[in-house]
Amino acid sequence: MTFLGMPLLPSKRRSDLPGGQGNIIEAEAFPEASHEHLSNQQLRNNIGHATSTIRSKRAEVVSELDDWEALRDAGEATKNEVMANLPEYLAQFEEAFTAAGGIIHWARDADEANAIVTELIEDNAPMLETGRREVIKVKSMATQEIGLNEHLEAEGIDAFETDLAELIVQLGEDKPSHILVPAIHRNRDEIREIFMDKMPDAGELTNEPAVLAEAARRHLRHKFLTTKVAISGANFGIAETGTLGVVESEGNGRMCLTLPETLITVMGIEKLLPKFADLEVFLQLLPRSSTGERMNPYTSFWTGKSEGDGPQNVHLVLLDNGRTRALADEHGRTALNCIRCSACMNVCPVYERTGGHAYGSTYPGPIGAILSPLLTGVQEQGNGSLPYASSLCGACYDVCPVKINIPEILVHLRGEDVKANHSPVSSQLDTALTGASWMMGDGKRMAAAERGLPLAHKVTSGEQINALPGIASAWTSSRDIPALPEKSFRQLWAEEEANDRDEEGQR
Amino acid sequence: MRIALFATCIVDAMYPEVAQATVRILRRLGHEVIFPEGQSCCGQMHINSGKFAQAEPVIANHVRAFTSTEWDVAVAPSASCVASLGHQQPMVATRMGNDALASEAAEVAERTYELTQFLTDVQGVTDAAADLGSYFPHRVTYHPSCHGMRLLRLGDRQSSLVRSVEGIDFVELPLADSCCGFGGTFSVKNPEVSSAMLADKVRTIQATEADVCTGGDASCLLHIGGGMSRFERTGSCDGAPDVTAVHVKETSSTDERGHTTETLTTVVGADDDDHLTPGHRGTSPAEPSRTQSGFRVGQAAVHLARILASTKEDPLRVPSEGAEVSGGSLR
Repeated sequence: MTFLGMPLLPSKRRSDLPGGQGNIIEAEAFPEASHEHLSNQQLRNNIGHATSTIRSKRAEVVSELDDWEALRDAGEATKNEVMANLPEYLAQFEEAFTAAGGIIHWARDADEANAIVTELIEDNAPMLETGRREVIKVKSMATQEIGLNEHLEAEGIDAFETDLAELIVQLGEDKPSHILVPAIHRNRDEIREIFMDKMPDAGELTNEPAVLAEAARRHLRHKFLTTKVAISGANFGIAETGTLGVVESEGNGRMCLTLPETLITVMGIEKLLPKFADLEVFLQLLPRSSTGERMNPYTSFWTGKSEGDGPQNVHLVLLDNGRTRALADEHGRTALNCIRCSACMNVCPVYERTGGHAYGSTYPGPIGAILSPLLTGVQEQGNGSLPYASSLCGACYDVCPVKINIPEILVHLRGEDVKANHSPVSSQLDTALTGASWMMGDGKRMAAAERGLPLAHKVTSGEQINALPGIASAWTSSRDIPALPEKSFRQLWAEEEANDRDEEGQR
Repeated sequence: MRIALFATCIVDAMYPEVAQATVRILRRLGHEVIFPEGQSCCGQMHINSGKFAQAEPVIANHVRAFTSTEWDVAVAPSASCVASLGHQQPMVATRMGNDALASEAAEVAERTYELTQFLTDVQGVTDAAADLGSYFPHRVTYHPSCHGMRLLRLGDRQSSLVRSVEGIDFVELPLADSCCGFGGTFSVKNPEVSSAMLADKVRTIQATEADVCTGGDASCLLHIGGGMSRFERTGSCDGAPDVTAVHVKETSSTDERGHTTETLTTVVGADDDDHLTPGHRGTSPAEPSRTQSGFRVGQAAVHLARILASTKEDPLRVPSEGAEVSGGSLR
C-alpha cells in the first residue's frame, strides 16, 4: 500500500506541494479567450436560454424548502469537518473500501492517475480485432480534469462516453463547456447534425429531443452489453462504510456501474463525507442546486463487490492533482468543498456571456475561476487571469449549496497573483493604481488632485467624454464618461463653510 | 445627531450633487452634518485589484479620517463602499499583519451606514413623500446594485423609498438583479465581457421606457449612464454593433377592427429575444423620443439620493438637460 497522494497537513510552504496537471490550465488569458465567444451570438443565445431555464427551476425548488439555509449550513459544516481531518477520513475510507473487496490506488497527479487506469484496462479489457481496446464511461469531472480520454486514445484504448451530453461533446470532437450540461453550448439542430454525421447507423433523424435520445440509446445499448470495463467518477465517497455514489439523470451511468466485469472509479480525495447519514443533507442540496429537481432520477451506491452481482473487480483511483496544495491555502481551501452542482455558473453573468470554454479549464464559471488556480498554484504557473474573470457581483456565493465564499476567494487569489508579480513590466492600470494609492492615502493629496477639475471641465467643454487614450480606452470603447463637474464636493463644501463664516462675521 | 458624511471618491470627484443631496436629506431630518476633511476612498479599487499593500494606506487614511467621537454615525451614499468597509477593510488589514488597523476599521464600519439603511433602519423613514417631502414626477426604474443586494442585504428598502416619492411613476426593471458589469477594474481588465453585460442592462432599461434609471451606487450609475449615453449616440454600447446592435424596425400590425398601427420595434441581434418582450415599443437611437417631462428616454442615470432630495420647491434638474448641477446650495 502506497500513500502517494496522501495529503500533508496544511503547510506554510505551499509552493513545495505539487500543482495539478491536465485540463485545468488556461491556454490563453481570459480576456483574449473570451473574445471570440462573446461575438458568437448563437453560443450566447444557447447558453443564455439554458442557464435562465435552469436558474428559474432551481429557484423554484429551493424556495419549497423552509430549511434551505440550515441545509446549506449543514453542508458547509460537514465539508469543513472533512477538510480539517482529511488524512484521517481518507485512511478510514481506505480501510472500509478494502475490507469490502475493493482495491485502492493513490495518484499524486494526472500522469499517475492516467497510468494507473491504463494499466488496469490493459489487464482487464480484451484486445479487439481492430488492435484496440474499449471501455465505457460514466460522466466524470475527475477524468475530464486529468485528460483521461485523450491519454487512453494515445494508448490504443477507445473510451465511450455514455452520458448523453458527454456523448454529444465527444462525437462533436468538442470540449465540455459546463460541468453539468457539457453540451450547453449546442442546440438541437447542431446535435442532430453531429449524430447523423458520427453515428454510422443513426439514419435520418429529426431534431426532436425524443428522437435524438432514442438514437443515442440504440448507439449505446450494444456497448453496455459487450464492454468488459467501465470507468466512472463519483459524487461521494463515504468514509464510514467505504461506499461510492453517483447521481445522474439518464440511467446510463447505472448500466456502466452494473454490467461490466471491471469497474474503475476515479475520485478526487476531497469528495469524502464522514457518514452514510450525511447523504441526507447532500442529496437534498445537490439535485436542487444542479438540475433544479427535487431528486435526481438515478442514485447509485456501491460498496466493494457482491458475489454474483455487478462488477467483481472494483478499483478506485484516489486523485490528488493539486488538491493538497489547495488545502494548504488557508484562504482558498473551502473551494474544495465544491460538490460540482454548477449552480454558480448558471447564475454568473460572466459565464452567461462567455460560455465555459473561455475559462480554459474543465471547471468553468465562478468555481473554476478559483478552483483551477488553486489546483495548479497561481504563484508559479498559469491561470493568473482567471481570478479577474468576475465582476464580484456575488450571485455565485448566494446560490452555492455549501456556501463557498467565491468572491472573497477571488479577491484573495488576485492578491496572490499580484504577489507573484507575473509581469514585472507594470501595466498602465498598475501605474494608475499606484498613483491612486498615493493620492488616496491622504485626503489633502486628494483635495489637491481635485483642484484640477475646473481645468478638466474646461478642456472637455463640460461635455461627456467619448474617447480616452491608453488604458482608459478600454472603458470608452463602449461607454461614455459623464461630463466632469466644475468643482468637487470637497471644494463646494469648503466654499459653503467659508460663506457661513463670512455671514457670521458680518452679523 | 451629528453625522459624518463619507462622500466616497467617485461621488466627491464626479458627482458632487449626490453628496449635496445627501446633506440636504440629512439636514431636512434635523441632523448636523460634518465632512471629515481627511477622507478620500474606501480602498475597494485596490483591494479588488489584489493590491493589498497599496490598499493599506488608503484604509489607514479612511480609519484616521473617521475614527472620532465627535459624531454619532457616518453615512455614505454608496452601498458598495459601505460594504467594503465592513467586509474588506478588516480582512485586508489582517492580511497585511496590521491587527490594530483591522479592529479600528471594523469599529468605523460598525457605525457607518448606507444612506437608505440609515433612513429606514435608524430613522424609521418609510414614506419619502411624507417624511422628506420628496417629489419627482417622472417615470423611474431602479437597478439594485450587487453589493447593496448581496453584501448589505438592503432587500427592498431602497426601491420602497423610491416608490414612496410623490408623483413618481415607478416601473420594475426586468432582470434587475443581474450585474451591470462595472465591477471596478473588471470593466477595464475584461472590457468586452463588461460591455456585453452593460449592453443587456441598458436594453432592459430602455424597454421599461423610464425617463430615469436610479440606484444607490454612483459607480454602477457611472457605468450604466455611460452605456446609456453611448447607446443614445451610436445605437450600441457593447462595442460589437455588428453582432448585437439594436436594429430599429418599423413594423405594422392590424388590430381586430382593421386599424393599422405603426410601431417601432427594437430587435436585438438576429433572434435574441431572451431579454426583451418581443415587439415592445422601443426608441430609435437616431431620433430620441421625448417624454412630456422633457427628459430624453433612457438618457439619465440618477442617484436615488437626488430623487429623495428633490422637492416641489427645489425640483431636480437632470444632468442631461444641460449638465447643470441642481441645488448649488447644500440647504
